[in-house]
Amino acid sequence: MLAGPNGAGKSTLIETIAQGIPYTGSILWQDQDIHTLKPSQLARMIGVLSQRNNVSYAYSVEEVVGLGRYAHRAGLFSGKDDEGKGQVEKALEMTGLTDLRHASMLTLSGGETQRVFLAQVFAQNPQVLILDEPANHLDLKYQQHIFSLIRQWLQEPGRAVLSVVHDLSLARKYGTHAILMDHGKCISQGEISEVMTPDNLQQVYGMDVYEWMREMLSQWQEC
Amino acid sequence: MLSRLLRFYEVTMQDKRQLKREQFTPVTYLLLTVALFFTMVLCICIGSVRISFSDTVTAVWNAVWKLPIPENIAKNIILNVRLPRVLCVVLAGGALSICGAAMQGLLRNPLADGSTMGVSSGAALGAMIAIATGFTLPGFSFGGSMILAMVFAFGSLILILSLSYALDRSLSTGSIILIGVIFTMFISAIISLIITFASDHTRSLSFWTMGSFSGVNYDQVKILCAALVLCGAILFRFSPELNAFAIGEDNARHIGVNVKRVKLIILITVSVLIGVCVSIAGTVSFVGLIMPHIARMLVGPNHKRLLPASLFSGAIFLLLADLAARTLLSPVELPIGVVTSLVGAVAFVIIFYKTRKVRS
Repeated sequence: MLAGPNGAGKSTLIETIAQGIPYTGSILWQDQDIHTLKPSQLARMIGVLSQRNNVSYAYSVEEVVGLGRYAHRAGLFSGKDDEGKGQVEKALEMTGLTDLRHASMLTLSGGETQRVFLAQVFAQNPQVLILDEPANHLDLKYQQHIFSLIRQWLQEPGRAVLSVVHDLSLARKYGTHAILMDHGKCISQGEISEVMTPDNLQQVYGMDVYEWMREMLSQWQEC
Repeated sequence: MLSRLLRFYEVTMQDKRQLKREQFTPVTYLLLTVALFFTMVLCICIGSVRISFSDTVTAVWNAVWKLPIPENIAKNIILNVRLPRVLCVVLAGGALSICGAAMQGLLRNPLADGSTMGVSSGAALGAMIAIATGFTLPGFSFGGSMILAMVFAFGSLILILSLSYALDRSLSTGSIILIGVIFTMFISAIISLIITFASDHTRSLSFWTMGSFSGVNYDQVKILCAALVLCGAILFRFSPELNAFAIGEDNARHIGVNVKRVKLIILITVSVLIGVCVSIAGTVSFVGLIMPHIARMLVGPNHKRLLPASLFSGAIFLLLADLAARTLLSPVELPIGVVTSLVGAVAFVIIFYKTRKVRS
């Protein structure tokens, strides 16, 4: 989990890894500088789910999910993608979109749209999934649903997720490791319990976060 | 055809969740090819001199197979006047339409096309400068205007996109169209200035602003054909990438598209094709704007289907527009750009209204 206050540089870090903004230095993946990779090679390794997603024109859900297979058939003459159809079907099934496969993207709700883009990333079948506030702008039901889908996706060995979250409760519930950032710097990294200590959180957020969380939780305990 | 279109649109709007997409099968291609063929023959038959369907088919068939053509057939009119014109119109209509489809896909802007974005005006300015200054290539009388038209088309596109980006970093529909309209007005002023000072060439220059296929020859047909085959093949090859742009440039990059390279290739290809069309026929507005929308309503937004459908629909539309231009006020010939603008402006408003209604 990648956590920190607004302006800490979380989204910037994610965009840098996704090669969306120029940077100095190098980003290594299994000792290889990812800057030397072609976009399609990078996409086969890393999948990104952005905060806000939308589609121009009335593409169907299946067509948008199918776009996730682009990197697997990229090339001047568009190589063959034998696994493609199977991966798309699996992604649609995992995200509960099989019945909506022929629906127009323009008619979906925000939660459904986010699910489609999650299915697209699943169809892409990367090794690492980068999520930029995946539950942002979604109601509680969809938040829970999205994270449980990601947890399900993680069950296959050799996969990892790096997710930006504002909600520290979500980070603690679903994350195993964390990076705590502030003003573009890494303050702490490691297992969640070692990173999200009261002192670290006080330093980064400038407030007693544990006290704040207890106060919020007590609102529900009174009911 | 129109009632089928309207029925399809109504059904689609009623049952929004499930797309009822028409199948674009080989049979559909065949039907469209037959429709195009018949429209072409119709356009050759109708004019200030009426020629029968059988005479037209006989003349063309015999000319292709180098057989003698009967004396009673007006072969000069068919083979030297109408046939090259019809072929140019088909090729230009198809070319402008697929350029519009590609630009609408690349920029995620349903109102993008050569005319709304000032690209056609820029190309016309380039061609006009070539004619006014006498810039030509050796052995290729209209090569100079063609080269400058392509260069100015590309330059206009880059300038408009850069200005739009400076104004509004999200490159919204509104800002691109606004900059495009302002740019078109600016270019029109420059063109008027050139026409004013180039009095010897006034008649030949003024057609660039209104569009005309009058007097086209087979050399121009060959060049337009070559440009359409080459550029059309490139645009079709990039259908998956054009589809990917529908989810935004960032997401397209995330799924593996080399966004900068693809954008550059498509913009250059579109500029070349629009430049060639404008250098031959002047500014023909709204074809690239309207016909991709018609095609999208029939076959959906997937560019693998959309580009061929746009090609056919653009060709048929421009053929009918040229027929109207030649015959409505016969013997006076209207500039084809006037006909497409009259029809296109109304269609533009309807599409704009429907687009906003669907999105809201």
